[in-house]
This record gives sequence, structure tokens and C-alpha cells, in this order.
Amino acid sequence: MTVTAVDKDIDQLTMRMTAEFAATPERVWRLWADPRQLERWWGPPAWPATFTEHELTPGAHSAYHMTGPNGDEAHGWWEIVVAEPPQSLAFRDGFANADGTPDPKMPTTEATVTIEAIGDGKTRMVMSSRFPSREAMQQVLDMGMEEGLREAIGQIDGILAQDPV
Amino acid sequence: MLTATTLSPGTWPDPDRVFAALADTTRRDIVWRAMTGDEGVVELSAHYPMSFAAVQKHIAVLERAGLVTKERIGRRKVVRSNVEAIRMAQRMLDRYEQLWRDRIDRMAVLLEEPIDAGSQTAAGSQTAAGSQTAAGSQTAAGSQPTGVDQPHKETDR
Repeated sequence: MTVTAVDKDIDQLTMRMTAEFAATPERVWRLWADPRQLERWWGPPAWPATFTEHELTPGAHSAYHMTGPNGDEAHGWWEIVVAEPPQSLAFRDGFANADGTPDPKMPTTEATVTIEAIGDGKTRMVMSSRFPSREAMQQVLDMGMEEGLREAIGQIDGILAQDPV
Repeated sequence: MLTATTLSPGTWPDPDRVFAALADTTRRDIVWRAMTGDEGVVELSAHYPMSFAAVQKHIAVLERAGLVTKERIGRRKVVRSNVEAIRMAQRMLDRYEQLWRDRIDRMAVLLEEPIDAGSQTAAGSQTAAGSQTAAGSQTAAGSQPTGVDQPHKETDR
């Protein structure tokens, strides 16, 4: 399995997930750095993401939207806090209005990502994500982010079989 | 309606209170012990190096969050955990975990694409690389788009 450990801390409102990939750290970094790659995994299949601005430089802002089955768009932003290719990334992720401006009423999550080679051509990625409050967590989850999770699992096999390059 | 029959309004879990209540080691321990629901406040307080009053306060916080209830059994009052409220807290994190598990699965799929699409799945290999020798530790022909590539440098600011 790709995911090797999950550590959920109710008290810190933090989730840490460890995954191992058969790829180099540089290649894994590209999943985050290249917007065309990023948009292929960030949104669930039913809500594909489009990144209109994205550059991993501290202080930079990314803009993206996810498009739902009915054409609804959910806008979001990132603010890059740390970017040290290929091993370290930290950013804040929040919701935005339709014009891309951050929506201050909506919560933001803080994510940190560390990427390191573990030999054998493999790379370990540790992603940890923290909510500012329990309400924020509830809100994020209620935003329909889990919609399509079920089908997501099914679609992975589809992607694998298709080789959509 | 359904829940109203199983939970009185006072015990209905409010997410904010639930998490705030659980943000303390002693209180989490109390919730754990109260799963069996056979100890009263006095017995519970014996487990902790703090005053009876302090433990009582912790229990009051848990009660307000709907995480525990006090029930009268004969002449005693026992503290019992509200399993439903605890499940709710857990479910929220579970959903988030699933979100990221799915993302990581999709990442793994992408990682299989450029470098060695061969290996195990392959089968339909129309991949340009041709010969499915794979295995080759010498990353086949110049097809490997690493650093140099840097697609999309939208330096507009």
C-alpha cells in the first residue's frame, strides 16, 4: 500500500499521513510544483481542480477552482509559506469567492509536506494538515469535499487502466 | 426526530464542545474509563493525581459537551460515556483521512506514468518508449522530463 501510516490527533486537530512512492523525491515534488500534475490529483474525480495560478515560492499565492458535476465552481487559494525543492513545502489552503479573492469567513487549513529519499529508488512523503478549530474542520468537511470520495476509489482503477498521457 | 428519541437535547453533541472537551489528556482518559460506566465521580477521581474538585470540573466539561452522562444506579451515580458523540468526532477525522488517502492514491497513479509505465500493469503498452524491457535502471531514452522541464512558469506579477 502507498499509505504506510496515518496519525490522527483529535486534540491537536491534526492529521498526519505517511506515504511511500516508487519514485525520486524530485519526481514527487513535481506532483506539487507542476500545476498540470497537481490538478490531476487535488480534486476528487467528480470535482476536478484547475489551477490558474501556481508557483511554489514562499509568499506566492495559488488560485484554483474545482468544477462539480453540475458545473458549479468551488474556488480556493493557497499561500505558500515554505518551498524548498524537493524536500519541504508548507502552505495555507483556503476558500475563495468566485473572483478568486480569499473568503475570510471560511476556514483555512495549514499543510506541511516533507519528502525524502529512503533508498531503493523510493521516496517517503509525510503530509500533515491542521485545522484552526473544530468548527473549521466541520466546515471544511461539510463543503462537500467528501462528495465523490466513493467514486474516486472506483475511478483510480479506471485511470490506471487507461494510461491517459 | 430519530435522534431525539435516543438523545435528550442536553446530550446532543455540539462539535465545537466535543473537540474542546477532548483537548485534554485527563478528560480523554475519563471518557475512556467511563466507557464501562460503572464508576462514579469519587471512584474516577481516585485515578488522577488531582483534587476531587478538579476531576469534578473535568467531568462537568465532558457533560456539557455531551460526551458523558451521569446516571443513577441504585444509590450511586455513575459516569457513562456517550459513545455516539465520540463516534462523531472520530468520523470527522475519518472523512478527512479518506480525502487524503484518495489524493495519495491518485498521486501514485501519476507517478507510474512517465518513468516506467511498464512494470506490472502495462498490458496495453502503447507507450512511446517501445520495448518493455523496463527493469532497466538506466532511465530509458531522453524521455525523462525532470527539472529542466518546469512547465508553466507563469511569472506574471
